[in-house]
Amino acid sequence: MTEVPLSSSALPTVVKLAGIQLHYGKQVALAGIDLEIPAGCMVGLIGPDGVGKSSLLALVAGARAIQKGCLEVLGGDMSCKRHRDSICPRIAYMPQGLGKNLYPTLSVEENLQFFARLFGHGHSERRRRIDDLTRSTGLHGFLDRPAGKLSGGMKQKLGLCCSLIHDPDLLILDEPTTGVDPLARAQFWELIARIRRQRPQMSVVVATAYMDEAQRFDWLVAMDDGALLATGTPKELLERTDSDSLESAFIALLPEEKKHGYAPVTIPPLAQDDDEVAIEAQGLTMRFGDFIAVNHVSFRIRRGEIFGFLGSNGCGKSTTMKMLTGLLPASEGQAWLFGKLVDPRDIDTRRRVGYMSQAFSLYGELTVEQNLVLHARLFQVPEAEIAARVDEMVSRFTLQGVRSSLPESLPLGIRQRLSLAVAMVHKPELLILDEPTSGVDPIARDNFWRLMIELARRDRVTIFISTHFMNEAERCDRMSMMHAGRVLDSDSPAALVEKRGASTLEEAFIGYLTEAGADEQGQVTETPSASATTVPHSAVKYRAFSIQRLLSYTWREALELRRDPVRGTLALLGSLILMLVMGYGISLDVEDLSYAVLDRDQTTLSNSYALNLSGSRYFIEQSPLTGYTDMDQRMRSGDIALAIEIPPGFGRDVKRGSQVEIGAWIDGAMPQRAETIRGYMQGIHRQWLAEQAGQATTPGGSAAASVETRFRYNPDVQSLPAMVPAVIPLLLMMLPAMLTALAVVREKELGSIINLYVTPVTRSEFLIGKQLPYIALAVLNFLLMALLSVTLFGVPITGSFLTLLLAVVIYSIIATGMGLLASTLTRSQIAAMFFAMIGTLIPAVQFSGMIDPVSSLEGTGRFIGTIYPTSYMLTITRGVFSKALNLGDLYPLFVPLLIAVPTIMGLSIFLLKNQER
Amino acid sequence: MHSVLTIYRLGVKELWSLIRDPVMLVLIVYVCSISVYTKATALPESLHMAPIAVVDEDNSPLSGRISTAFYPPQFATPDLISLTEVDPGLDAGHYTFVLNIPPNFQRDVLAGLAPQVQLNIDATRMSQAFTGNGYIQQIVMDEINEFTQRYRSNSAPPVDLALRVSFNPGLEKAWFGSLMSIIDNITMLSIILTGAALIREREHGTIEHLLAMPVTPTEIMLAKVWSMGLVVLVSALLSLYLVVSWALQVPIAGSVALFTVGAALHLFATTSMGIFLATLSRNMPQFGMLMVLVLLPLQLLSGGATPRESMPEVVQHIMLLAPTTHFVELGQAILYRGAGIDVVWTQFLFLILIGSTLFAFSLSRFRKAIGQMA
Repeated sequence: MTEVPLSSSALPTVVKLAGIQLHYGKQVALAGIDLEIPAGCMVGLIGPDGVGKSSLLALVAGARAIQKGCLEVLGGDMSCKRHRDSICPRIAYMPQGLGKNLYPTLSVEENLQFFARLFGHGHSERRRRIDDLTRSTGLHGFLDRPAGKLSGGMKQKLGLCCSLIHDPDLLILDEPTTGVDPLARAQFWELIARIRRQRPQMSVVVATAYMDEAQRFDWLVAMDDGALLATGTPKELLERTDSDSLESAFIALLPEEKKHGYAPVTIPPLAQDDDEVAIEAQGLTMRFGDFIAVNHVSFRIRRGEIFGFLGSNGCGKSTTMKMLTGLLPASEGQAWLFGKLVDPRDIDTRRRVGYMSQAFSLYGELTVEQNLVLHARLFQVPEAEIAARVDEMVSRFTLQGVRSSLPESLPLGIRQRLSLAVAMVHKPELLILDEPTSGVDPIARDNFWRLMIELARRDRVTIFISTHFMNEAERCDRMSMMHAGRVLDSDSPAALVEKRGASTLEEAFIGYLTEAGADEQGQVTETPSASATTVPHSAVKYRAFSIQRLLSYTWREALELRRDPVRGTLALLGSLILMLVMGYGISLDVEDLSYAVLDRDQTTLSNSYALNLSGSRYFIEQSPLTGYTDMDQRMRSGDIALAIEIPPGFGRDVKRGSQVEIGAWIDGAMPQRAETIRGYMQGIHRQWLAEQAGQATTPGGSAAASVETRFRYNPDVQSLPAMVPAVIPLLLMMLPAMLTALAVVREKELGSIINLYVTPVTRSEFLIGKQLPYIALAVLNFLLMALLSVTLFGVPITGSFLTLLLAVVIYSIIATGMGLLASTLTRSQIAAMFFAMIGTLIPAVQFSGMIDPVSSLEGTGRFIGTIYPTSYMLTITRGVFSKALNLGDLYPLFVPLLIAVPTIMGLSIFLLKNQER
Repeated sequence: MHSVLTIYRLGVKELWSLIRDPVMLVLIVYVCSISVYTKATALPESLHMAPIAVVDEDNSPLSGRISTAFYPPQFATPDLISLTEVDPGLDAGHYTFVLNIPPNFQRDVLAGLAPQVQLNIDATRMSQAFTGNGYIQQIVMDEINEFTQRYRSNSAPPVDLALRVSFNPGLEKAWFGSLMSIIDNITMLSIILTGAALIREREHGTIEHLLAMPVTPTEIMLAKVWSMGLVVLVSALLSLYLVVSWALQVPIAGSVALFTVGAALHLFATTSMGIFLATLSRNMPQFGMLMVLVLLPLQLLSGGATPRESMPEVVQHIMLLAPTTHFVELGQAILYRGAGIDVVWTQFLFLILIGSTLFAFSLSRFRKAIGQMA
């Protein structure tokens, strides 16, 4: 780090905040901040999680809209859109979370290409910059690896490369090294230092929870509860609080009520009289396919000991713990708990173990008390003891005030205590705690440790804990250092430091890591420093609309879609599956109806009546009815849909010309079907009468006129030719809308939407860019459906295919536009999907003329049908498929479709937010 | 014994989780009330405001009489158009029916020449085409007969056809729509609720927590099956009594108790299916997409939407494996036709068979998947 002595004044400022306030609903995130951040140096924001550091940085980066107060960045007002647009190519922002703004399915190269395109670099310029950056960060050898498969440290380096691709003047890093191993962390800061040497004018603002990192920054801002505690150089802060470390300086800066009762954690020595072994592992190995998550890990933990696992994210700590609890069966090796072999099927040992998993994982929907009671019961604590046990836990872990609150509404520190209480409710002899303190502020963390120490020393509970905080590892009786699935060494922290001849545990750990060859992938080569600064960024001029930016989103979306099997399947096969289902399922044919006759006459005439029915293609005769009970029974079971009764003396009476009545009973359970049966039956009856009239000499039989029916377009009146053209517009509306809706909301959920907020891409470029692949997909889908209907369903296209294709293209823009609209209104993927489905399925099925024509509807249904594009598309599809029409006949129907396109797109662009609010 | 208690307690926990999930509650209430009601009442009569046009080339009193015989609510007031407008009108979908009365029609009728009236029907609109054809023929013939005989014909044909409709004499679609939507809801809700219950645990990481306790996967799954099944059953019954029976005044022919037993058997199958789908998906969106692909075939091809006999035979056979097919059959038999166990025992048997197969299958899949979830 540059050791330029720095006085807090007399420097130009890069960021100026005055009275900045921010609320999330009722919650206050920032309570009036006044701050001037000096330019050209490395500024650290320190403080525990949830104090407003991230909110502050998001405001400065322009990712979040200002609610109250005045914010100036790079010499202009951030509430002014024009200023934001003009400076955003000069700011780089890396949000919190490992690889949060990266695209996990895209490779390193593709991620970098995407960001470079967004900032408008040409092809050779992109190549030069990418090679440059990846060489200097050691990522060059991994260009083809998907970002999601990189280690935490490499992800952060890639995030940094993506941020640096456009030579920013202000670099904003939000907790860039949380969860990264110490070696990768050291390399990360080394990289930043070198970049600053090359571009000394660049200002860097970093938020961090690691106080040891902050020590090396030029200037610090200490925050708590949305307010500033202090600002100054690290030295100033230490002097002001008279402390020897930033951690204690920070605690000293806290207001009095927070510090209340705080004392440093002291650990009484472990009594050495007991040699009973609580956990023993020998050669534990876990393989997931080719990947070895845990590689021959062995250790021994004595009873009453606090044993720590230190290592970065993804080094195998959690997997080892899961194997010990029996959650995962080990691929190789064995483990013993209390001298008994771990067996996932052995329920009884589980009662002796308490397990607290990474992150908070209790039932958020149950109250604190319900959680405790449920766990006590599941652990088979005798019913009579439960109330007392719960009371004991509540008072021991000071949960009195929150007994009936829902855990979700509690601060992290209390939730952590609750998790521990739950893990302890059945008085286990062994506690397995997986990173219990990540994200908890220093004071709560110390309180938590005090509870654990009490459990270990007083109750002689064995504690097996994993952490990535060095100062926590130092408190353990013994510890193991883990990296890439291996235990590097195990001993007491002091002994480990001594063995390596290091001065701190961190240094010792880095020593072990280097020895294990961990830095090979991170090997950094110094590049000639001139290259990065050759192109002044004035060469990249901001333009209001850029095809290149739009197409870079298209390119990226298409890549992502290709790599997501579930969405890909739905996109390609979904329409075909649903078309098959609907083609066969929504059948309006009524044929092969079963009927039976109760012939109580049994003459030739009555036979002729029955024969007349069986000759029809609509009816299938079943065995004759034997009587009324038989008829009743068979109607009830749905065996027959129609029963005919011919009365005794039928033949005789007809000959005499006296009045006879044939009885017919129709199963009315399905009204539509019953209606059709009634129609058939009347027709057949009329026909029989006419035939009889022709044979016998009954007077007045011939009709005065007749009606000749011509069924047009579908002469056999079959369901498939009617339904298949109707299903196509429905599916072309529903599926593309759902997929597109997911595409945008996914970015909201995963966090990469931040790239819309902080890069020069505009809303219309973002939306249209993302929409294009889905339009292409919809047209492809249509072609597949058309193929299916011509081949399998045998429904030919009689009209102009090109006309239909043209309509499909316009209609696909509308359908995907509907998806975009749904996505702008929702925040979660499930809501977007629901919205898109309800918004397309109901109007398309009910009001667009699929079953009943729009003109037969009334009221709201009629109105929706008139404005909904599917109505027009349906007429076009049916026209081209069944009615042999072409563009000359159908052009008036294109007009409403063409009006819908700009309406829907304009609305989505207007409703999409270009900053988080 | 201990196992039963654990299943009971975990199930109660599921109920608590559901109570505190407002989105799911709104969904259940909506589906069981408003959705049933609208589905029942929104179904138009098969022939309602059917668009019709008349080409009157005769311009006689008789042809005028025929044109005015069509009126709402069954038909829209007919448009009088010329012969050249027939094809464009049908092509553009303005009319479903066009009746063409030829020149000299009245003269020919009176001369006993038995002339023909031509009726053009847009047969791509199946739902109106069939029924409308019958109605229009009837109306036209009636008008002609009345005209020729100057009085309404009362010389009944010697053989009369007495058509009676069993179980739903008025052929009211609301009866059908409301009961079918309850049957559909039972399937849909049970799959969504159990699936969501499992995915919620997975997303919150609580499944891992459960597995570290003295609880087996079978107990976890059974707890979800019974609790979510119960919720669906209770809401379906409430919906049956409050919405269908009370608000819509639809008579229920058979024994509700028997239907409830059938529904419980069906729920056993569908909740297992929900668990299975949830093990296949990593999160809610994936689950949602899978659901669309599974639920639509289950409902549309079960015989609840359109009659089974008009589907291709292969489809009919495949759908015998789906629980919905049997549930729809037994639901229709009990609720509409008042059938007893003597009639529907085969469906019960099928449901038991399918349910236990699905349960066993899902359980083995759940055991396998649960390791990866933790």
